[in-house]
Amino acid sequence: MSDVVERTLSVLPGLLGQHKPGAGPGDTGGPGRVSASSRLGSLIRSITALTSKHEEEKLIQQELSSLKATVSAPTTTLRLMKECMVRLIYCEMLGYESSFGYIHAIKLAQQGNLLEKRVGYLAVSLFLHENHELLLLLVNTVVKDLQSTNLVEVCMALTIVSQIFPREMIPAVLPLIEDKLQHSKEIIRRKAVQALYKFYLIAPNQVQHIHDKFRKALCDRDAGVMAASLHIYLQMIKENSSGYKDLTGSFVTILKQVVGGKLPVDFNYHSVPAPWLQIQLLRILGLLGKDDPRTSELMYDVLDESLRRAEINHNITYAILFECVHTIYTIHPKTELLEKAAKCIGKFVLSPKINLKYLGLKALTYVIQQDPNLALQHQMTIIECLDHQDPIIKRETLELLYRITNGQNVVVIVQKMLDYLKESKEEYAIINLVGKIAELAEKYAPDNEWFIQTMNAVFSAGGDVVHPDIPNNFLRLLAEGFDDGNEDDQLRMYAVQSYLALLEEEGALYPQKFLQVMSWVLGQYSSLATDVDPEVILTKLHSLLKKAFVTSETKVWIMAAVTKIASRTSCSKTVDKVIQEFSNSLDTSMRQFAFELKHLSEDKALMKNLLPYDASCSDIVVDASLSFLDGFVAEGLGRGAAPYKPHHQRQEEKLSQEKALNFEPYGLSFASSVSSSGITGRQSPTGLSFASDMSGNSAETGHKETNALKLEGVRKLWGKEGYLPKKEKTGKENEPQTVPCGGLLAGEVGDPPPSGPDQAAILSEGDKEKQQLASSLFIGLGSSAGVSLMGKSDTATQKFKRKSKINETQNSEEISDFQSSAALDFDPLLGTAPLNVEDCEENLHTMLRKASLSSSDLVEDTLAFETPQSEKKCGLDDRLPDSRLSQSSLFTDGNIEILQPSPSAQCEGASKTPLVPALPEELELHTHSEVMELCQNDALVLHLCKVWTNDSLLLIVFVSNKTTSALNAVNLVFEEAEHFQILESLTYQFPLIEAQSVEHCQKCVWMEKISAHGIISGSVNYQSEMETCLEFSITLSLLDFIRPMEMTTEDFGKLWLSLSNDVKQNIKMSSSQGSLSEALNTLQQKLKLHIVDIIGNEGILACQLLPSVPCLLHCRTHSGMLALWFRSPCSALPDGLLYQCQKVMEES
Amino acid sequence: IHFILLFSRQGKLRLQKWYTTLPEKEKKKIIREIIQIVLSRNQKTSSFVDWKDLKLVYKRYASLYFCCAIEDQDNELLTLEVVHRYVELLDRYFGNVCELDIIFNFEKAYFILDEFIIGGEVQETSKRSAVKAIEDSDMLQE
Repeated sequence: MSDVVERTLSVLPGLLGQHKPGAGPGDTGGPGRVSASSRLGSLIRSITALTSKHEEEKLIQQELSSLKATVSAPTTTLRLMKECMVRLIYCEMLGYESSFGYIHAIKLAQQGNLLEKRVGYLAVSLFLHENHELLLLLVNTVVKDLQSTNLVEVCMALTIVSQIFPREMIPAVLPLIEDKLQHSKEIIRRKAVQALYKFYLIAPNQVQHIHDKFRKALCDRDAGVMAASLHIYLQMIKENSSGYKDLTGSFVTILKQVVGGKLPVDFNYHSVPAPWLQIQLLRILGLLGKDDPRTSELMYDVLDESLRRAEINHNITYAILFECVHTIYTIHPKTELLEKAAKCIGKFVLSPKINLKYLGLKALTYVIQQDPNLALQHQMTIIECLDHQDPIIKRETLELLYRITNGQNVVVIVQKMLDYLKESKEEYAIINLVGKIAELAEKYAPDNEWFIQTMNAVFSAGGDVVHPDIPNNFLRLLAEGFDDGNEDDQLRMYAVQSYLALLEEEGALYPQKFLQVMSWVLGQYSSLATDVDPEVILTKLHSLLKKAFVTSETKVWIMAAVTKIASRTSCSKTVDKVIQEFSNSLDTSMRQFAFELKHLSEDKALMKNLLPYDASCSDIVVDASLSFLDGFVAEGLGRGAAPYKPHHQRQEEKLSQEKALNFEPYGLSFASSVSSSGITGRQSPTGLSFASDMSGNSAETGHKETNALKLEGVRKLWGKEGYLPKKEKTGKENEPQTVPCGGLLAGEVGDPPPSGPDQAAILSEGDKEKQQLASSLFIGLGSSAGVSLMGKSDTATQKFKRKSKINETQNSEEISDFQSSAALDFDPLLGTAPLNVEDCEENLHTMLRKASLSSSDLVEDTLAFETPQSEKKCGLDDRLPDSRLSQSSLFTDGNIEILQPSPSAQCEGASKTPLVPALPEELELHTHSEVMELCQNDALVLHLCKVWTNDSLLLIVFVSNKTTSALNAVNLVFEEAEHFQILESLTYQFPLIEAQSVEHCQKCVWMEKISAHGIISGSVNYQSEMETCLEFSITLSLLDFIRPMEMTTEDFGKLWLSLSNDVKQNIKMSSSQGSLSEALNTLQQKLKLHIVDIIGNEGILACQLLPSVPCLLHCRTHSGMLALWFRSPCSALPDGLLYQCQKVMEES
Repeated sequence: IHFILLFSRQGKLRLQKWYTTLPEKEKKKIIREIIQIVLSRNQKTSSFVDWKDLKLVYKRYASLYFCCAIEDQDNELLTLEVVHRYVELLDRYFGNVCELDIIFNFEKAYFILDEFIIGGEVQETSKRSAVKAIEDSDMLQE
């Protein structure tokens, strides 16, 4: 390399000295090798002469500072400025920041003469990005240049516009550019079309009114202009192919002309007529003809001709052929063409040129599912490619094999993939490959042993970059088991044995995720391996705990495993050792685990009870209210202990005593009070925090100390890493669709899986000879003799079919799915004005009654969380017939006008939104908020409506598509919120939102941690011209989750005594509130409390926090004060309510 | 096409054009990474490399590498020819182009590129008109 530098250097002076005026083109004498003597030249030369990076940096900094001085000096001429710009561009290219020059680049574009202007524009396009603020300053210049009479200036302006232009300023130049479409010069017309293409990409709705002008451009007499318009059409057809079917004929004609050589010769490229144009057209045709026999019919001829004409042996013809093949396999098939295309692919695959071979493989991968015979024909080549030295060929081959995997060849193919995996280092490739291997292994595993081994390989090779779903799915598979219990145990036992063997190896380093998987499995199932002494396992885990490379998260997993194993052994030295070692660990979570283990091991019976064998799949009912502690508390109170007051309340009381001015307490942090109360006031027995742990390995709960201690809202039956119930549901969602279709595969999200048995069947029907050849070939590969790629066709049954565990959940989900789909149909029907006040009130009352019915009996037995699904289910069941009925009746009305607004309305519609979302009818029955706008951009508007149903808070998010084109795959994603839990999944996908229409989704939300206010944020992603993301946030208050609770005075009395969290507060009543009943009415209306009884100057009220945490309130008036006394099983709830009460009373 | 890079065999960047918006830091990282990947490739291997979710298509002309990043569904061979056509255009404009032309007249190289590819799409496929556009403006300025 150094000699190359030397050579370059030795050449330089000679070249520079010569000052060759340029072997420039023709006689113009214009361009050529000039300017070497300029400052840029000297700069470049001196940089080349430098030897170290450091020196270069110094030189450039020097240069930059001198440039800075020059450009900002007022005396600098434009000519000099131009030169400075060029040097700045150079410095920027070397990676040095030169932002001081940006503004001068814009100035130069504004003021300079032609060449200076050009350099100015160039600098702008290189320096600035689309959203740069300085770009706005350019708009004026562009407008001026567009109006110029000088063609070159117009050209430059159009060029810069099509490269970089602020979206908001499009209207300023759009009319000018539209005019240019009629310009007499074709280059101007072409560039105008390009600029419009750019506008279409960044703001499609701004150019929708000129679609007919695009058509004119398509028919332009100049081929360049026509070619430019194809870009727009390709884009538009990609988004909506059905709207342009009428143009198919024109495209076919154009392609015919191009292929027939009717275009001017200078569009030829290596004597191939306009290849770029051809490929563009082929792509468009492919999109148009997809799944459309009639349209496809039109193009068969021209495709045939394209195939025939492309015969010269040159890259560009191969590129066209490739595109042709692609199109032929995309459109409705025609046998003749397919045969020819297959032949073409053969040419590619067999080519000695590596580039062509690669393309051949790519084409094969694409067509293999339609035409598996093709793979048979090229087996030899495929096998060769598998061991090709070029990784991209190998990867493409694996991709190909991945698509033809079935039960027979899975072993060989996965082996190949694993080999490749071990070689590759790039993270992206590893993640991709690991996902595929895991998918194949799960789908086609021939036996347990192989499955576990493969997964081991995946985990150890994939390291910690593997997608978290992979270990999760794997563990779930183990835990939930299959239909055959015996089989399950074998699988588990094999897993245990293999992990023990792996841990046996001295000094082996395993990725953290793998260790976590191992420890969970060992903890859960090690007792299956009866021949292994638990002590041995414990020793291994213990030694792992001491290793430095094990992260603290993994240690918690291991610790949990130790605990589980310890519950099954009588007494163990290792356990004692672990307890001893970690009781004073610096890591608080470890210390806590050690303590818990210590306490548990002292009480074996409790431990056995807590950690039953193989209970990972059973749901656990957790008494979140800690009611079992009430006796303890009552006893304490009886002995004269002061009732516990949360920290902030104590502070508040102190404050209220101190000063009179501040009536409104500062924003309260209930979350902190929760944890503090958890630790100080209501220390739970250590075992309790394990309750959540024994089910799944809730490493996360253990990880955060506060989490482990407090049990408010313990919906976390499973740890964060493990199986949150909602995660499970998302996994299940796919199952109903996939399992029925032949039980081929367990619902796995991902690529459309190849249909194994079908394929095998097809294979077997035909060519028996080839099979023999194939199997012999694959024996030659040597990895496993019996198995061949194209082996016998017996049905590859799905080995690991997951049992559907939560049928209930599933059902209710289906119902809700149905419900929402039914609801979708109502959407376009506008005009559901908010109910009038009377209706509302009536509604409220009926709701109150319903709520009390469902809740009172619950409260009476335990205060535990009931399963929300079942409740929801019956609720939905009731509603279902209604929605069906109303759906059909609504359909008869068939009011679809809104869907197709008149064209004029479309144009005006940009600013005002004609789309007013309306609640589905069955939700109208509930009390709900008004529909508020959340956010919008120029394609979408989001509206929100809160619906307070009896058992939940429903958030209805309306997504309105303002554009005139349909949007595909709009994703609504909520972020995990601190205080709230969104049931089911955090995401929702609208597969399609039609133009000018509204879709909605509903999410059920619970409050997980009590807080006065909280925010759920999320975003909407959709694919328009680019990935666009619209963010929003929803504010929820505690009151959204409070529902009245109806009960009798006796029940109230009983419950009152059983509750222990007290909060008392006196608040002043304003004169307007006069009597107790008025005050209580205020509370009833504003806070949705239920008035149980009023006796004299005392009143009792009850409410509940969803799903079912009751809170009781006792009020007494005396001398203008209202004494409030709250009681609830949940410590934070009274505080929250008190705060709300204070606010309400002050407001009224 | 997501971006085009021109760099020498010594790994020195000669020209960069981005058709997607990325922060400066990211760009620098990408450039470093890509130059390293491409330079370490064997001569006999194909002109395509997987890179993240994109594909790199590169070709070497004398001491200069031309490298484009494209998406998976794009046509690799065609991209290769795009590069070739660009080189042809340069050649026609400079007359027997060499690396030094591009080093010292990189702004001209940019002009030609802008005439040829806009927003990541090939625009002018006629060699004559592309070069003519540049020459016209060259003439006018004098």
